[in-house]
Amino acid sequence: MKLFEVTTKSISVDEVIARLADPAIGALTTFIGVVRNNSEGREVLYLDYEAYPEMAEEALRQIGDEIRARWKTIREVTIVHRVGRLEIGETAVVIALSAAHRQETFDALRYAIDRLKEIVPIWKKEVWKGGEEWKSEQ
Amino acid sequence: MGYGGDMRVKIRFFAAPREAMGMGEIEQVLPAGATVGELLDALTAQYPVLVPYAGFIRVAVNRVYAGREAELHDGDEVAWLPPVGGG
Repeated sequence: MKLFEVTTKSISVDEVIARLADPAIGALTTFIGVVRNNSEGREVLYLDYEAYPEMAEEALRQIGDEIRARWKTIREVTIVHRVGRLEIGETAVVIALSAAHRQETFDALRYAIDRLKEIVPIWKKEVWKGGEEWKSEQ
Repeated sequence: MGYGGDMRVKIRFFAAPREAMGMGEIEQVLPAGATVGELLDALTAQYPVLVPYAGFIRVAVNRVYAGREAELHDGDEVAWLPPVGGG
């Protein structure tokens, strides 16, 4: 079972969270990124995600390592990102963190998604009526 | 090593520059000891469609981010990475 995965398959949030099952944890904090139907005033039809998959999985693992080095209370991290064509409302990414107590999980979760957008080689193309564009927040 | 001290590296393209190139992967022969910067200069000279992207990319060598000064070796996999946009 992989904790850091780039997949072309539909993501089940329950299945991802189950990867962190551990009787010693009391908190499972999760971010779910889903495909939105609008962007900068345009009606988005669908998104097309592309990855450099081998490097992306290594970069996701690096984020997990950084989090556990920085927040000692975080027990485990899993990040699953989908690529290919995604329709409105579908899940693009799930990040889940486990810990005995909730306190530091929220800061760590924000760090995880911010870092993902910074270093993980995954690209997103928005397709709308009459056009398309590769998007980045960088 | 190739003949005459040359080396061969693989270059992978993604997203907009991949579409501009019309292909995801090429091979390039370079003199031994060439750097990432020298490779980028050779690519933009050879493929003008890459020029609009060249100012914004990062480069990975064998899946690790690398600077222009990094030295390349025969068989390296170099990735031409436009600004990422996952999540």
